[in-house]
Amino acid sequence: MLDIQNLHASVEGNEILRGITLQVRAGEVHAIMGPNGSGKSTLAQVLAGRDEYDVTDGSVLYGGEDLLEMAPEDRAREGIFLAFQYPVEIPGVSNTYFLKAALNAVRRHRGQSELDAVDFLRLVREKMKLVKMDESLLQRPVNEGFSGGEKKRNEIFHMAVLDPTLAILDETDSGLDIDALRIVADGVNALRGPERAFLVITHYQRLLNYIVPDFVHVLVDGRIVRSGGKELAFELEEKGYGWLEQEARSGTTQADKTAPVGATA
Amino acid sequence: MPTTATETIEQLALRDYQAGFETLVEQEVFPPGLDEDVVRAISLKKREPEWLLEWRLNAFRHWQRMSEPTWANVHYPKIDYQAISYFAGPPKKGPKSLDEVDPEILKTYEKLGIPLQERALLAGVAVDAVFDSVSVATTFKAKLKEAGVLFMPFSEAVHEHPELVKKYLGSVVPPNDNFFAALNSAVFSDGSFVFVPKGVRCPMELSTYFRINAKNTGQFERTLIVAEDGATVSYLEGCTAPMRDENQLHAAVVELYAHDRATIKYSTVQNWYPGDPQTGKGGIFNFVTKRGLAAGKGAKISWTQVETGSAITWKYPSVILRGDDTTGEFYSVAVTNGYQQADTGTKMIHVGKNTKSTIVSKGISAGHGQNTYRGQVKILKGAHGARNFSQCDSMLIGQDCGAHTFPYIDVQNPTAQMEHEASTSKIGEEQIFYCNSRGLDTETAVSLIVNGFCKEVFRELPMEFAVEAQKLLEVSLEGSVG
Repeated sequence: MLDIQNLHASVEGNEILRGITLQVRAGEVHAIMGPNGSGKSTLAQVLAGRDEYDVTDGSVLYGGEDLLEMAPEDRAREGIFLAFQYPVEIPGVSNTYFLKAALNAVRRHRGQSELDAVDFLRLVREKMKLVKMDESLLQRPVNEGFSGGEKKRNEIFHMAVLDPTLAILDETDSGLDIDALRIVADGVNALRGPERAFLVITHYQRLLNYIVPDFVHVLVDGRIVRSGGKELAFELEEKGYGWLEQEARSGTTQADKTAPVGATA
Repeated sequence: MPTTATETIEQLALRDYQAGFETLVEQEVFPPGLDEDVVRAISLKKREPEWLLEWRLNAFRHWQRMSEPTWANVHYPKIDYQAISYFAGPPKKGPKSLDEVDPEILKTYEKLGIPLQERALLAGVAVDAVFDSVSVATTFKAKLKEAGVLFMPFSEAVHEHPELVKKYLGSVVPPNDNFFAALNSAVFSDGSFVFVPKGVRCPMELSTYFRINAKNTGQFERTLIVAEDGATVSYLEGCTAPMRDENQLHAAVVELYAHDRATIKYSTVQNWYPGDPQTGKGGIFNFVTKRGLAAGKGAKISWTQVETGSAITWKYPSVILRGDDTTGEFYSVAVTNGYQQADTGTKMIHVGKNTKSTIVSKGISAGHGQNTYRGQVKILKGAHGARNFSQCDSMLIGQDCGAHTFPYIDVQNPTAQMEHEASTSKIGEEQIFYCNSRGLDTETAVSLIVNGFCKEVFRELPMEFAVEAQKLLEVSLEGSVG
């Protein structure tokens, strides 16, 4: 589904991603972990099409298509969803209105008919249950005045409605208390399925107690320095990132030796 | 027989006098220039009574002694008032069918979702061919007449209800009020007259829409709306289509007069030609004086405006809260894109006790646009318990535009309660990217964000107007991002 080869990206001349290689297949959940500043969020933004990042080398194929050639809205319509680390407020635009416009843009692209108000509301009510969202958040302006937890839940709610093929969660766990974390994780788990893949970006292992990944990758200085199964996350929890950072900087990383790691290889 | 600039005014006036009105169709435009004879000629053309001519001449004499205001935050080349023609007769022959209309204009109408027949009307296609709306207009008239509401062109009212016109004309905006109002008072061409008698709730929204279609109004229109005790009226002005206009200066005057417990709601959607978006060339100078007098106890006057057109906008729809317990409202969206400049806002003058005013202004600047909010809230000595709430928000789109806010507050009574909120925001890359990441293209994203920003104003507009205003914003801001 997603095939990233030797991806390099920089912002204002600073190289952040320095050769990422990663394959994701339908039905898989990949966790991307790493210390602050390792490039995790940059990877998410580049995949979603944020244009302040320059891709300087490498390629990304999504469903066999050149993802990097696609406008961000086309990526979304083709089924890529990015749950933002910091969801953006849009004052005066109700959450429902926004979501209906988005869903219908996606549906038009897929050759489906637009949903009318009644069908849309039915869908929305059903999806809200997934994240136990309060109905009052529907009429409120997008993310405006939402608490941190409500914003994150709202992201998962958008995801549920837009029904993506590849969902990228960018530090969705940050700022959540344990109850909110569980609710968000339950929502994600409910959406897992053989057709859908997840890229779960997180700093902490604790999210992975609830969203159990098939693969874990550790990003250091813009490179994947280690890949493994879910047990790698536990190892990180125990030992921290320091040893991998040291390895990476002394030039003896597993990634260098065996790249591409190819989690699916 | 088209006139040339070399003809003198005397000749013109003389010939008009001799030829009467039969030549009106041929006699399309006065030669440029303005003096008392031109004022006389205009009055004569309209067969006006002596008192009105005197009224015009008085205004003209004031105007001659006044100078153009320079305090507004707008910049434009000096206007040569002698280079302007002050009277255009009935419209020149318009295009015969839509095929003859500039396809660019048609494209815009289409984007605005204006029905085909109305597009033809707006484009100035000869209305001789009977459209549905003609009969609609007739139905309107009958219904209004039944309710006792007078709604007619100003020039018609001068003849049919001279006592009303005489009583109220200039009672809110005196002929010497300001430079542009004085000019308008001297040379005004036509406009609307509305009179809602005591206790009558006007059975429908009144709109210049139909009348403008039937007849092109000039650049100096004059509107007068009077609501007697307990009467209610809602008036819509302007159409949402870009009326291309080769003339530059547009100086209108609107007067609203509300008696005891009367309510007047005045909504404007202004979209005159803004000039060339690339060079700033051309476009309308929209210098308008609008004022309402909440004269009687418990009267209410509400202005809502959506200003997207014109090269330069200079207008401050105001309310004088003279009666006790009166209410004044001003809801405004002003958009400047390309090289447009707007200096707009309101004045709320609290005279009576327990008077209340609300100001909500949303300025949007894109391209090289410059947007200024200028507002005055004045609480006079006798205005016990007056209250004002002001909110001025500016939004910037892009790097080259500007937003400016000049609130003037003058409180002479210590019991007044004043609230003022102001904000400036920028449409962020973040917001747009967020929308993109949900499948919305950038244009839709901008329109969504801007409409959200303007929501508090749009909800004051009558329903169908609100929809058109939203679409208009989309068209106005097209291409302003990325």
